[in-house]
Amino acid sequence: MARSRGFWADWTFGKVAALSAFLVVAILVALAVVLYGESKLAIDTFGVWKFITSKVWNPPMNKFGGAPAIFGTIVSTIISILIAVPVAIGIAIFLTEIAPHPLRTPVGVAIELLAAIPSIIYGMWGLFFFAPFMRDYLQPVIHATLGKLPLIGHWFQGYTPGIGLLTASIVLSIMILPYTAAISRDSFKMVPDVLKESAYALGATKWDVMKDVVIPYAKLGVVGGIILSLGRALGETMAVTFVMGNQPVIPHSLLEPATSITVTLANEFTEADTDLYLSSLFYLAFILFVMSFLVIAIGKFVFLKRVER
Amino acid sequence: MDAVRRRKFINGFILVLSTLAALFGLMWLFWILGTLLYKGLGSLSLEVFIGNPPAPGDNTGGLKHAIVGQTLIVLIATLIGIPVGILAGTYLSEYGGNSRVANFIRDLSDVVMSVPSIVVGTFIYAIMVKPAGHFMGIAGSVSLAIMMIPIILRTTDDMLRMVPPELREAAYALGATKFKVIKDVVYRAAITGIVTGVILSVARIGGETAPLLFTSFNNNFFTLNIFQPMASLTVTMYDYAMSPYKYWQQLAWAAAIILTFGVLGANIIGRVIAHYKFKK
Repeated sequence: MARSRGFWADWTFGKVAALSAFLVVAILVALAVVLYGESKLAIDTFGVWKFITSKVWNPPMNKFGGAPAIFGTIVSTIISILIAVPVAIGIAIFLTEIAPHPLRTPVGVAIELLAAIPSIIYGMWGLFFFAPFMRDYLQPVIHATLGKLPLIGHWFQGYTPGIGLLTASIVLSIMILPYTAAISRDSFKMVPDVLKESAYALGATKWDVMKDVVIPYAKLGVVGGIILSLGRALGETMAVTFVMGNQPVIPHSLLEPATSITVTLANEFTEADTDLYLSSLFYLAFILFVMSFLVIAIGKFVFLKRVER
Repeated sequence: MDAVRRRKFINGFILVLSTLAALFGLMWLFWILGTLLYKGLGSLSLEVFIGNPPAPGDNTGGLKHAIVGQTLIVLIATLIGIPVGILAGTYLSEYGGNSRVANFIRDLSDVVMSVPSIVVGTFIYAIMVKPAGHFMGIAGSVSLAIMMIPIILRTTDDMLRMVPPELREAAYALGATKFKVIKDVVYRAAITGIVTGVILSVARIGGETAPLLFTSFNNNFFTLNIFQPMASLTVTMYDYAMSPYKYWQQLAWAAAIILTFGVLGANIIGRVIAHYKFKK
């Protein structure tokens, strides 16, 4: 019967579509379960707190502690955010308020192109061009300025072979710049023109309008955008693998080589020869998964949710 | 200095600062693209595209294995990602609407989208490579597909919801089933948007390296067998760039420029379509 054929096509399509949608949920659940299962051996051997705080990462001795990698991930993420956020907000101000109209689209597109360049290109460029530049030109400048500061000066005093924690953080900050800039710009654009015009009518300068009208109005969106960029920086692999140095230690100075969770995974995963070694690497992956999950959840559900309403 | 002049001064100062910020951002773009062109164009030749993989220390050879491998891996990822992503997006827009379940899936899909790509790689290693006992090309495709599905889901959902409900109602009034309405009316109205989403998602995953490191791995020989380890431009680039041989490093730059132009090209095509479609 023609009618029943139409019915079955309709029924099947609905079920298949529903199945595909629930597949997304299944993927997320499977990810968490599988990563936990694979790291069970390391969790049982080293515990949770001991693994996070232990500084020893010594594969030949079968001793694995996650502190150096976790430290590298957190520190490089924080530094990259500290560099990227002010620049990104500057770019957003430039694109929404200052740039002459014919320039806005091309400059905006150019900044977004930075986001389209594959991350491994950042890594190669970082290794062959930025690292030598860092070693020969930026290092003396950093020693002479930041290294002289009280309290935090010793963070900037060591010597770098070019690759190191700070180099990786700077490359990372260039990578997340376009995301933060794009989200800030979009939040700024959502401010109703009437509000801005009222402020201009009262004699406010462009900066007064930004500071007292646009930024307070767009605050939640910008913070949400920063948190999403933070999530991106946490999980970025290739850009930092080339320039971090892969030394499983907590460095004394930001200029020295270090490691991070993604760098350790990229370098050692295929070389893990014992079950405990592999399980410890899965443990690191699981920790990274939980960290990025928390960051995204906070950014999405606390800040960006309120913007949508 | 009186108050007005001070405010004007601060205003000018900030304006200069933010212009400098924009120049700073552009500087990196030009520096990175500039080195890429400088190092990459010089190493491009016909040999690079058709030559077999070089032996260590050898000065001839090309990237045929990696170019074909990359294309195959991304193609299969797309073949998995498109139907699942579009169907899931259709479910959310046409069946789920604004229900709690649909919104919950939308949120979870956003979370999947931001799972670090290397973590997806370890996940696929655990469920595909470990049981099989060896690396394989198809495992790389699956991990790229996992990254692709939430992106396509999101754009499909957004695009379908932009289709005016009156179109659907008109079709229902003619007695069409839901499937017919979706297939012949909704999809037809939203096709450009969906295609744009697919192209942009290919551009997004095409340059990914981390999910391939532990899944498709690398292969120094030409192969079309997706159940064997398979070379990709990205992983080959990683290995060659880290190698001590000058010629291999040169090939890494050639791979870099091929990959970047492929990815940027797809990205720009997607944007141009979106621009002309949504300008009206």
